[in-house]
Amino acid sequence: MPEVLITLAVNGQKYILKIGAGQGEVDPSHTLAHTLRENLGLTGTKAGCNRGECGACTVLLAGKPVLSCITLAVECDGKDITTIEGLEDPHTGELDPVQQSFLESGAFQCGFCTPGMIMSVKALLRDLPEPTDEQIREALSGHFCRCITHYHVLEAVGRTIGKSR
Amino acid sequence: MQKDFRYIGKETPRKDAASIVRGKAKYIDDLKLPGMLHARVLRSPHAHALIKEIDTSRAAQLDGVKAVLTYKEIPAWRGGLPSHLGVLSQTVRFTGDAVALVAAESEAAAEAALDLIDVQYELLDAVYDAEEAVKPDAPQLYAQFPGNLFPLACPWMGPNSLQQVVMGDVNEGFAQSDIIVEGSCKYDNIPNPLPLEPPGVIVSWEGPDELVVWSSTQAPYFLKMLLYYGMGRINVRSISAHCGGSFGTKAAPWPLVYQAAALAKVTRRPVKLFYSKAEHFAAYTLRLGSTFSGKIGIKRDGRVMAVEGEWLINTGYCSDAAQGMVAVGCGEVQLLIRCANWDIRPKLVCTNRSASKMVRGYGGQELESAFLPVLSMAMEKADLDPFEFFKKNYVKPGDDYYWRDGNLWTCRGTDYAQAMEKGAELFGWKEKWKGWLKPASVNGAKRTGVGVGVHGNADVGEDVSEAYVRLEPNATAVIYSCVSEHGTGQPSNLCKMAAEVLKLPLEAVTLTPPDTLVNPYEFGPVGSRGTYAIGSAVINAAMDARQKLLTRAAAMFQCEPEELDTEDGMIFHKGEKGERIPWKALSVEHTYIGYGRFEPDFSVPNFVMIFVEVEVDIETGKIELKRVVGATDVGQIIDPQGLRNQMHGCLGSAGIDSAIFEESILDKKLGRFLNTNMLDYKWRTFAELPVFDSVILETPIDTHLFKAVGFGEIVTSPAPSAVLMAVSNAVGKRLNEYPLTPDKILKNIR
Repeated sequence: MPEVLITLAVNGQKYILKIGAGQGEVDPSHTLAHTLRENLGLTGTKAGCNRGECGACTVLLAGKPVLSCITLAVECDGKDITTIEGLEDPHTGELDPVQQSFLESGAFQCGFCTPGMIMSVKALLRDLPEPTDEQIREALSGHFCRCITHYHVLEAVGRTIGKSR
Repeated sequence: MQKDFRYIGKETPRKDAASIVRGKAKYIDDLKLPGMLHARVLRSPHAHALIKEIDTSRAAQLDGVKAVLTYKEIPAWRGGLPSHLGVLSQTVRFTGDAVALVAAESEAAAEAALDLIDVQYELLDAVYDAEEAVKPDAPQLYAQFPGNLFPLACPWMGPNSLQQVVMGDVNEGFAQSDIIVEGSCKYDNIPNPLPLEPPGVIVSWEGPDELVVWSSTQAPYFLKMLLYYGMGRINVRSISAHCGGSFGTKAAPWPLVYQAAALAKVTRRPVKLFYSKAEHFAAYTLRLGSTFSGKIGIKRDGRVMAVEGEWLINTGYCSDAAQGMVAVGCGEVQLLIRCANWDIRPKLVCTNRSASKMVRGYGGQELESAFLPVLSMAMEKADLDPFEFFKKNYVKPGDDYYWRDGNLWTCRGTDYAQAMEKGAELFGWKEKWKGWLKPASVNGAKRTGVGVGVHGNADVGEDVSEAYVRLEPNATAVIYSCVSEHGTGQPSNLCKMAAEVLKLPLEAVTLTPPDTLVNPYEFGPVGSRGTYAIGSAVINAAMDARQKLLTRAAAMFQCEPEELDTEDGMIFHKGEKGERIPWKALSVEHTYIGYGRFEPDFSVPNFVMIFVEVEVDIETGKIELKRVVGATDVGQIIDPQGLRNQMHGCLGSAGIDSAIFEESILDKKLGRFLNTNMLDYKWRTFAELPVFDSVILETPIDTHLFKAVGFGEIVTSPAPSAVLMAVSNAVGKRLNEYPLTPDKILKNIR
């Protein structure tokens, strides 16, 4: 069988992965979340439900937020992917303004939903630099947070918008 | 009192803040060990059955499969209270009960092997309702528990653990009552606390009796003790990862440890077991089912004269220390109501559904959510404002109550009336309260109503904590306390407390990893005990270490240690502008280790009052939660952001919404849950957030150096009954059912 490869551009770095069932290979049934976590070691992307119901696994695919637990890795061939690990400055380690605002607002409790939420906020503010409160809530409505950190997350989003003015 | 703190009460980023926002915090599913196998569990499709035959040969032959275990070949480890559970059993007692275990090179191979295990079951009659289970002809779950009733003793709470609320003379109390009501209310929709992260463990045998366990428990030492007793006195090293939410449910994941450890033993490889969300829903932890049926007598002025009734508790297929929740529930109801004459008798019943285990609220939420609607009937009859009633009746300093250890304790806490008043003021209670079963406002089909609930817990001082603090010559300090981060910020708060005592920069104070090999005994951050119990141990350890440092320095200064002080790693004579020497000047080869210990103290109940405003559409039956106000007094705020977050938690973890839409729907014909996914199990989204305000007072409480008391665990508890009250008032009819989904509203008001 001819060797089949896919290329994922994750956080600005190219990964060439072999399709197959062997160790370190990407099975056609593997999700993007699984591939990021298991093949690339990018465990910042969390799997809360693995069924596309909780938002924890959100990453940016070609700039748009997607649920990586119901996106197949093979569908992402040749596409740009940004995960939580890709937001900070790769050279200085300086946090992205959204990350910094979450930190300052204490916008996490157990923190398991936090990476996914930050990715959705990142996408929202890229498309809509000055969203209304309703738009913010709508953009985050697919994210499950059982600790109830919603109010501090809304504060963090407001803080990010304030900084960019 | 001293209020010019450097860190206590100030907003400081949590120690793990950067790692969380960068995605670097490590949770259990992020960990890998070399050679690690993956485990899956075959689960019963029947609610009650006997395994007649089980053939694992096809599964064992699948590529990558390393072990398949059934009840025939598992170690004799035991669990449950009293001990009644093994790793696997020939009898399955709920849909989802473990039938066989598989370990394989990959999760996919393990999963595929499950389909190749052939099982023949003999079906047994099942029972789901507690009322049915106690009937003489009901199917029996365990031969040793006739009538499906568990004994109520909870030995780890002491030899006389609280098993009922019986005191005074109820007949006399009823004779003196102006108003007597009788009624019943069920809080048995068994909502799922459902932390986002499913439960998981990794285990590795390092010797025949040496087990290392990585898990997401917030209380690794507590887990170590459970495993020590359950697995035959083996030596366990228990390590916690970051915990992706627990709400009590992950404190004791011993069944997962047993399953993984059995597989690790036969394969001689590390094994990881991480539940799927479906398993998390169907085979992990639910709230207790709770029904209160009884009689309550009150005076017209709101004094409660007598309470008599039965508390029927459905714990599912087993008791994993449900007796502890019964004990605490029996204690907490006494904090709620000052009354001299009680006779509440609990019955702890097993049924063929997945288990109710430890959950935030811990018996108190379950009892009160069923008890308060009945009590409300008395308030209604006497036309008493429930806010005034609670203010009058909530435990006050000098009041006595029996706590979980069976001992009579005298409250030496705070009178929370001021916090109640401030909460009512902010909420606008006096303007919005129009009387029982009267809406606050009417706008066409939309009716608003208000309700209020109260709750407190004296477990803030439960159990034992130990800590060390090690001072290093480079002016840093390390706290040894076996606590993992599960969302409350407790590890960072302990650093704040130690930094305050030692007058060190917060960055100079760190905490050891949550690992029982390194740390002394610690019961764990449960029951709001982190601030008072764990905090006391850390404060004492820091003071002890400081004393040792200054004792050594005193020789150099030629004075008494008490004449010296230290700040920012410098030692100096108090009140004099003399020499300041750095710690390292004493010696660079000397560390100073302090020890601190906390002994249980049940005399300081904490408190929260929750006010809710709902809008009910009487045409559609939909409830909108408009506004919530939470009021408390914590003595001294340690971390404002974390505390506000905890208060907001009232909306999560099977709290307020267990009165509105959260329920585990059990199909009693099929014997299985129908909503074991996150679409069919309803949860509150960002789009439906109510306005939420908090009142947090700081009246110093006589606990430890910082006069603070813990808070987080209690906040969900008063909310469900407050919602029932608010909705009843909005629609003008008493609704005593949980949750108030639109069908129930419409059925009752049409």
